[in-house]
Amino acid sequence: MILGLYNYWIVIVLMMIGFYIMIAHGNLIKKIIGLNIFQTSVFIFYITIGKVDGGTAPILADGITRYSNPLPHVLILTAIVVGIATTALALALAVRIKEVYGSVEESEIQEKDNQKC
Amino acid sequence: MLAHLPILQVIVPLLAAPFCLILRRALLVWLFALIVSGSAFLISITLLQQVLASGTISYDLGGWSPPWGIEYRIDKLSAYLLLIISAISTVVLLAARISIQKEIPADRHTLFYILYLLSLAGMLGIIATGDIFNVFVFLEISSLSAYSLIALGKDRRALWASYQYLIMGTIGATFILISIGLMYQMTGTLNMEDLSRRLPEVAQTRTLFAAFAFFIVGVCLKLAMFPLHLWLPNAYSYAPSIVTAFLAATATKVAIYLLIRFTFSVFGISFSFTALPLQTIFLLLGLLGIFVASTAAIYQENVKHLFAYSSIAQIGYMIVGYSIGTTTGLMATLLHLFNHALMKSALFLALGAVIYRIGSAQLSAFQGLGRQMPFTMAAIVVGGLSLIGVPLTVGFVSKWYLILATIENGWWPVAVLILLGSLLAIVYVWRIVETAYFKEPAASIGQVKEAPLAFLVPVWVLVAANIYFGIDTRLSIQVAQAASQSLFGVAP
Repeated sequence: MILGLYNYWIVIVLMMIGFYIMIAHGNLIKKIIGLNIFQTSVFIFYITIGKVDGGTAPILADGITRYSNPLPHVLILTAIVVGIATTALALALAVRIKEVYGSVEESEIQEKDNQKC
Repeated sequence: MLAHLPILQVIVPLLAAPFCLILRRALLVWLFALIVSGSAFLISITLLQQVLASGTISYDLGGWSPPWGIEYRIDKLSAYLLLIISAISTVVLLAARISIQKEIPADRHTLFYILYLLSLAGMLGIIATGDIFNVFVFLEISSLSAYSLIALGKDRRALWASYQYLIMGTIGATFILISIGLMYQMTGTLNMEDLSRRLPEVAQTRTLFAAFAFFIVGVCLKLAMFPLHLWLPNAYSYAPSIVTAFLAATATKVAIYLLIRFTFSVFGISFSFTALPLQTIFLLLGLLGIFVASTAAIYQENVKHLFAYSSIAQIGYMIVGYSIGTTTGLMATLLHLFNHALMKSALFLALGAVIYRIGSAQLSAFQGLGRQMPFTMAAIVVGGLSLIGVPLTVGFVSKWYLILATIENGWWPVAVLILLGSLLAIVYVWRIVETAYFKEPAASIGQVKEAPLAFLVPVWVLVAANIYFGIDTRLSIQVAQAASQSLFGVAP
């Protein structure tokens, strides 16, 4: 039961790792990496729910009767694209932040903002 | 042509956005964006008329019938929201050209309009679609463009605010994505209409409870419900004024729409209000939000910050109305959604005019502005009165219905607390009035001229709407009531 559903466990573990990195780390780049791991876990989750035991790719061919569900895979393709766009934007922001603050550490940025006020 | 309006509503701004790149000249792009937003507004008016006359419109994208194809579904609630979003967007755009001249470098003006149109398209898409995965895609389109719009702010803190919003917003959106996946896993469908029929069959499973919990947390992050509001004050304060006026009036409203749409039309009322003690949680957090955010607003030295905190408090009122769980309560939420969009766009746009003239939104810079910029300050005063809920302004109408709904339910203490919350609003609005009208202008600033007409016209259009819909409430109440009744399944 537990071992048979190992892919769901992978999803949960990855999700928590990503979530933890986002909360616990002050480095902006590490936060983005955490975000990526978090999103990847959701990708794996979608791919998992589309898989049918013993099913193959949904291509019409002789002798094949069991197909995996292609829809979640197509959906997650869209979500992957969204994820890439998010990562690109986050990295671009991190570059600009480094330019104007001279740092990508959350604590140092906060400190510089406080001085200015 | 008329049959295709539901998709045109979304696709026109979406396709227009890259088209701006070809035009390049800032003036042309502005006119083009204005025309696009204006036509979205006209489409939404037509859609609302159609829906009120002949009921829900269902549009099959590409001719594939639902639940296989993607369905666009316009009912009273979505037509009402489409109208609010496109109307605010058009009025705000009127002032955009002059406002961004001082706040955004000239080489980024075209990009600003592109992002603006994309954000608009995303929000209209969320409302128009009847497919839950489509909701996620449009949610990300509108959010990603909103992050970039905020990062255009002049202050370097805009970058940091945008980054924080990005992290929080993406967590929220991913939570919603997980919820969509779990729902698909249980039912094998993504169509809202189809889901509402199939979800009751699996209502007692853990998976559905998990989906519901993920959705609620995700959407509450997006709508900045206390205590998940931390991204909002900085994002609104450091963004360019036009962006603040646009996002404050629309972005959180769309998230509230999502909350209502999913809990009422997808999960179903009986599940949503029994699966979790949702009413109690939302009531408590809504009231806490009103008090904490209003109190925080009183202590702000920056007027943009002040109104950003006040936005969180106003979201608290909407959440309280929602938590009552009756038709009147939901109607109060929908009315406040409409009214708050009018107030906050007027206020932030007027603030934009002040920033245009004196280059600062610090409260201390407002000294004596009552005499130097009489029309702009009068607009802020009327908007402030509306925030408090003074009769003859829209704020009064929604608070009236909110209190009516609590009393109907016998929740007297809640009604008293809502009134007390309004008293806090008096305090923070008074601080601005006092500084602007009863203090001598600071010597260092010198003579300040009234804001240019390009600002005053849209500001006063919104202020006039604030007063008009406070007196003639037929349109807003009729639609809000009809939408709320149809969500509860009561025959109108």
